[in-house]
Amino acid sequence: MSSPALIPTVAVEEDFRARAHTALGDKQLRNNFRSAMDSLMTKRAVAFSDAHEREHLRALGNAIRARALSKLPDLLERLEQNLTRNGVKVHWAETVDEANGIVLSIIRAHEARQVIKGKSMVSEEMEMNHVLAEQGIECLESDMGEFIVQLDHEKPSHIIMPAIHKNAGQVASLFHDKLGVEYTKDVDQLIQIGRRVLREKFFEADVGVSGVNFAVAETGTLLLVENEGNGRMSTTVPPVHIAVTGIEKVVEHMRDVVPLLSLLTRSALGQPITTYVNMISGPRKPEELDGPQEVHLVLLDNGRSQAFADSELRQTLNCIRCGACMNHCPVYTRIGGHAYGEVYPGPIGKIITPHMVGLANVPDHPSASSLCGACGEVCPVKIPIPAILRRLREENVKAPDSPNQVMRGQGSKYSRKERLIWNFWARLNTSPTLYRLFGFFATRLRQLVPSNVGPWTQNHSAPKPAARSLHELAREHLAKQDRH
Amino acid sequence: MSAKQNILAKLRKSLVGTTPLADNFDEALVTEPWSYPPEQRIAQLRKQMEAVHTEIHLSTGDAWPALLARLLHERQLPSLLVSPATPHGKQLAAHWDANAGLPTLKAYDRPVEEWKAELFNDTPASLTGTLGAIASTGSLIVWPTPQEPRLMSLVPPVHFALLKASEVHNNFYEVQQKFAWAAGMPTNALLISGPSKTADIEQVLAYGAHGPKDLVLLILEDQ
Ligand code: SF4
Repeated sequence: MSSPALIPTVAVEEDFRARAHTALGDKQLRNNFRSAMDSLMTKRAVAFSDAHEREHLRALGNAIRARALSKLPDLLERLEQNLTRNGVKVHWAETVDEANGIVLSIIRAHEARQVIKGKSMVSEEMEMNHVLAEQGIECLESDMGEFIVQLDHEKPSHIIMPAIHKNAGQVASLFHDKLGVEYTKDVDQLIQIGRRVLREKFFEADVGVSGVNFAVAETGTLLLVENEGNGRMSTTVPPVHIAVTGIEKVVEHMRDVVPLLSLLTRSALGQPITTYVNMISGPRKPEELDGPQEVHLVLLDNGRSQAFADSELRQTLNCIRCGACMNHCPVYTRIGGHAYGEVYPGPIGKIITPHMVGLANVPDHPSASSLCGACGEVCPVKIPIPAILRRLREENVKAPDSPNQVMRGQGSKYSRKERLIWNFWARLNTSPTLYRLFGFFATRLRQLVPSNVGPWTQNHSAPKPAARSLHELAREHLAKQDRH
Repeated sequence: MSAKQNILAKLRKSLVGTTPLADNFDEALVTEPWSYPPEQRIAQLRKQMEAVHTEIHLSTGDAWPALLARLLHERQLPSLLVSPATPHGKQLAAHWDANAGLPTLKAYDRPVEEWKAELFNDTPASLTGTLGAIASTGSLIVWPTPQEPRLMSLVPPVHFALLKASEVHNNFYEVQQKFAWAAGMPTNALLISGPSKTADIEQVLAYGAHGPKDLVLLILEDQ
């Protein structure tokens, strides 16, 4: 049977604008995203059918995250104490290099060759697969979506649904080409193929790596949610389990996860709960017959403490990684996840990435938004994403000599010329005389507006002033009335 | 300074002059919408679990071994992994002793390393007990033990689970309170809400991703 050629996905070289432009022209990609996002939005809406219940729960979710952040250092220490008491080894890393170093040294201590990974966005931040491969260690993704993406040498395009940019036909061709199986577009069969390949890998792996959804300080528990069972496999079958997570993932009490879990699964997939909620509080005990002999937790900063330092930007760390903001984002839906060129795409990506890679490296991210507000409205922990985007736009153009340096790479879009124009514009609008003069000349000389006004005229007609300003017309109108 | 000290120092510096936020957890928000009259709890549980392809049978404390034997026969399962040390394991063994020709009962009685290949390749089904269930989300509460280890509910393609009707609770919050989870957790605790599934390809739902393809729940109505 012949199989259709693979449709190339967006390459990650050029800059954001170029990638977005290419993505916009890719019909297949846009179709795949449009239909997926539509369905995810519907599912969420159904799962939160009672608006009253939803809004109260969001407020509670926000309060729990804000409370956890308000005592973050204490909670992290408490988490470490309780995990250590339970027999889990806790490691701290300021940078991704440090985190990779820790993971590598654990792997080396066990002379491990094969690593199996449950889904973890933090390990994507670390580019763990790549780093381990360079050391001759195979690191295989076991989440079906991640497995597909890895097989095609791609990156995830969505934080919950990594392979959402592909349709079944594309996966069919990929499996046919890379795994040598017969071409089939039947999703059940495709999943069974993945299951067969990965079962063997779970069986063989020396080390399992996973992320963490919530780390409970009170009990020293790592809570992971998933539907597939690959997370349970990765954290249970291999003799060593390494969990990697950001320092913000901690919550104070076990009960705090009740509303957060409900918010997470309903916002992400419209499910009341995931198939598995896996709560890990320690390695195998002497009398137990399975489970890892060793459990490690790597706590990664990677720019989070920078966001934490500013009370407005700190709210970025409320995020529970549900993906709802991207599902509802008109920009993300049109350009897809790869165009952002970073680990976290969509609205959350735009507000968290600058702290990880420096704002100067993603200067277009804050402005790739229509500020429609959908992300902030659906966010289950009420992160004011649009307000934070506006704030990042300000940081982007802050003068280099400004005393308030809040983030790495700020001010990369600062331009003296632009600043002068804005200062002039501000004067113009605050001085009545200047404003009237300007209005007079702008209307009288309206024919002089060029037909090409840079980027503006790419998609709009030139902004030609009216023949008379509204002020003038109103004055004339009132004068006429007085005469009557 | 170590990474830990650096991170904590930065975080602490950022919090200078602030006070920790008060704990205003409102338990009504996570209990009131999710409470059911006792006689409706099983119906709610069934609704949620069947919506995600769980097969549910109502039975009794005496009748379930025979029902299980019939289900194994219908599915032509040659063997069943079951703990001989649990009360339900003993009850099942007694039924098996009294009836010839039933599928082989296998025990998970040695560390996984000693029989991993057999567990992965030659163990088609398992039976475990549960600590109870959560009606609101349709979830089974499973705390693996030395008798019923973690992989028992994960690796075999068919997972049979026993649930006493009296142990169906309203919601997750209630369960945490009842079992005093805040005071201590086992090495691994699970909520299981159906057979393993994925929607990673084009959002098409497929069952049997990495865990069991079938979850069969036997509810003991008189217990
Ligand atoms: S920012 Fe909010 S909506 Fe977006 S992934 Fe995080 S929690 Fe979900």
